[in-house]
Amino acid sequence: MSEAAIKQAGRPILEEHFADLPAQEEARKLGMWVFLVTEVLFFGGLFTGYTIYRELYFYGFEQGSHLIEVKWGAINTLVLIVSSFTMAVAIRTAQVGKRSFVTISLLLTTALLGVLFLFIKLYFEWFHDYKEGLFPGVHWDYHGPFAAHVQLFFVFYYFMTGLHAIHVIIGVGLMFALAYLTWRGRFSPRYYSPLEVAGLYWHFVDIVWIFLFPLLYLIGGRS
Amino acid sequence: MKADAHIVPVKIYLGTFVALVVLALATTGIAYLNLGIWNTVIALVIAVTKALLVILFFMHAYYNKGLTRVVFSVAIIWLTILIVLSSTDVFTRSWTPVPRSWAPDIALHQSHK
Amino acid sequence: MSVAVAELATRSRVHYLNESYGIKSWLLTTDHKRIGLLYLVSITFMFFIAAVAALLIRIQLLEPNGAIVQPETYNRLFSIHGIIMVWFFLIPSIPAVLGNFLIPMMIGARDVAFPKLNLLSWYIYIIGAFFELYVVIYGGVDTGWTFYTPYSSTYANGHVFAAAAGIFIVGFSSIITGLNFIVTIHKMRAPGMTWFRLPLFIWAMYATSIILVLATPDLAMTLGLMAAERFLGVGIFNPALGGDPVLFQHLFWFYSHPAVYIMVLPAMGVVTELIAAYSRHRVYGYGFVAFSSFGIALLGFLVWGHHMFVSGQSVYAGMIFSALSFLVAIPSGIKVFNWTATLYKGSNSYDAPMLYALGFIGLFVIGGLTGLFLASLSTDVQVHDTYFVIAHFHYIMVGGAVTAYMGGLHYWWPKITGRLYPDKWARLAALIIFVGFNVTFFPQYVLGYMGMPRRYPIYPPQFQWLNVASSAGATILGIGYLIPFVYLIWSMRYGPEAGPNPWHVKGLEWQTPSPPPRENFEETPIVTEEAYAYPTRPRGSARV
Repeated sequence: MSEAAIKQAGRPILEEHFADLPAQEEARKLGMWVFLVTEVLFFGGLFTGYTIYRELYFYGFEQGSHLIEVKWGAINTLVLIVSSFTMAVAIRTAQVGKRSFVTISLLLTTALLGVLFLFIKLYFEWFHDYKEGLFPGVHWDYHGPFAAHVQLFFVFYYFMTGLHAIHVIIGVGLMFALAYLTWRGRFSPRYYSPLEVAGLYWHFVDIVWIFLFPLLYLIGGRS
Repeated sequence: MKADAHIVPVKIYLGTFVALVVLALATTGIAYLNLGIWNTVIALVIAVTKALLVILFFMHAYYNKGLTRVVFSVAIIWLTILIVLSSTDVFTRSWTPVPRSWAPDIALHQSHK
Repeated sequence: MSVAVAELATRSRVHYLNESYGIKSWLLTTDHKRIGLLYLVSITFMFFIAAVAALLIRIQLLEPNGAIVQPETYNRLFSIHGIIMVWFFLIPSIPAVLGNFLIPMMIGARDVAFPKLNLLSWYIYIIGAFFELYVVIYGGVDTGWTFYTPYSSTYANGHVFAAAAGIFIVGFSSIITGLNFIVTIHKMRAPGMTWFRLPLFIWAMYATSIILVLATPDLAMTLGLMAAERFLGVGIFNPALGGDPVLFQHLFWFYSHPAVYIMVLPAMGVVTELIAAYSRHRVYGYGFVAFSSFGIALLGFLVWGHHMFVSGQSVYAGMIFSALSFLVAIPSGIKVFNWTATLYKGSNSYDAPMLYALGFIGLFVIGGLTGLFLASLSTDVQVHDTYFVIAHFHYIMVGGAVTAYMGGLHYWWPKITGRLYPDKWARLAALIIFVGFNVTFFPQYVLGYMGMPRRYPIYPPQFQWLNVASSAGATILGIGYLIPFVYLIWSMRYGPEAGPNPWHVKGLEWQTPSPPPRENFEETPIVTEEAYAYPTRPRGSARV
């Protein structure tokens, strides 16, 4: 049967404008990698501002960093690492043709770990910081030395983790959508590029957090 | 171009996962030691290592030689250009002597270390 | 063949314009050719709005103390002129119109890699444009297109947030377009279409796409930070709160300098195609032209500090940026030499597209040379923020990019519409544009050098006659741009049928009917020859 005629879950797997299936799968992966490059540069502006202000106002940034709790950041780091692992394995189960129940479970686990990450961030971190008066522009109540610099730290803290959280939310949505499509029988060892492409995105989200954690939570020694 | 059909063995994923957890715990632990400038250096080295593990093994860059590697290298290089070249401005401003009367404004920019 | 029979012949063949009818078939199309036309209509509309702003500026500047508009209004006029021209006209112009239409055809593909994303990019453009139109209608923004902080983030009174939102949104349209082109060029070339057989327009578009993808996200973040500062009252760029306003400028120009290469690289790609076509000659130094596009893309990212020599940036950084800015002139120069060598002993014909291409070379060289004045630290101190800068970038963006866009639009018009435009009117318009342009902008070099600052609604009386000359030129230029608007639209109904290759030139896009069928080619082409494989001919023989 020609590639163009193959359907899974009722829709053809090869789009009309591609010459053949390998070309399509390659193109999609390249497309996601290029998109991730744009994401690196998008976060890049924040990392630039952060780097410059941290160098200029180290004391203020150190103080700010000590006001947020390492334990939540560390737990969230581990949560995302596990979720990257489950995502990688999920894709593999589709590649080798395991029963869709396995793939779906792993995708949902990834999604739920993302939700856990968001819950910890929103409730234990942000809500808590807001109550403490550490939310610039909304509820700011810090009067220690170099308060302006501490505020600058928190502006970057919320912007960077907030932008990251938006990306996590999108990733969680993608996982649920893919779990549904897997349940409909859309993927097989012959065709699974949407899973791979979403996997690349999810791993990128993990990588951003890998940098955010030490840069925001671990400034200066904490003995 | 051939589609990459490499299937990565689970034990590679497992090994990467374990390495990532160990490094995460390490960076957290080391943060509680007072090592001055080395705190930052070690933390960044660990972060870069973790990122590379994710890119190479979870994202299959180890197995997709060529274009994939060029693409993410470009991202890193460009981010570096942005940060480094902007920093050359901010951190060399004090190299130029300024009139004495401007001194009070400079104090705002000096950090206490 | 009479017009009626020609219409019949066009009508009886199915092509991308008539294969389906109705508004839904256009608004839900995934055909890259139709999307290119959707962009064409949109950007032309935005162009006229920004042109009206320019007209009002030039009327205000007829008198040294002209009171056509209030100073506040004048600020909003030049701001909206810059914002719309840069983001809603120039940046999409060649990539989204000509690039979308031609890239798949030139590489022998049926469409771009992600046709639905392509359509999405147009919708995103439209949403961004609505934000900007809201700003225009409800009173504008007065920060300049550059949004410098802390004015924009703390003190400005206009619709800063809406204007920034519109630009933020339209940036994603650019990013998607660039991403689509990169993947398309890598993965969808026809069999036999190796990298070094690609038309040089593709090389230029690929380099442009790299810039689109790497630079635009930074703009999004910069505007986001500025908006956050405005909205939350925090001090990211506000010195009173510990922030650094020059940091905004670094982040802004890291995008905005490469942005000017987004505007000029595609134009250079078009010019290469036009020169090759109208001199019936292989491009001299194909490899040099191809790689110089990458050179411009790379070096263009390393020079942004030359916009900030007098901002308080450190002198040492200034020296680095100045040296790098000199370097970036080199790949541009390489292209100019290659075009000239291609023209030399070519079988040159002077149809309208060729006139535009030649105009580009002359005007781009002048604009580029004056860029070197600006790249030198010491002379820049004199001319920064004067009309010299304005003249410089208008020579490149209007004399260069817009001219090339017009040339490309004319050259590929028969392919896009299946009709020929009247060549005499086209040549006349090209000449009027060239004259009008120079009369408008050359005096501005002199004005700037003599010290007239930019963004001021009034000026010392001794500058008046040059300002009057500039405004007179602007009128001529405006007429020059209106003429093609008339005959191009006229040609869509009454122009003679073009046939697949009316210019008798090389290129895959000319091997298919005009207008092309939906899938571009009846069968996937197989490429066996180099680009521009014109026969070399003995000296002195007649044009084919």
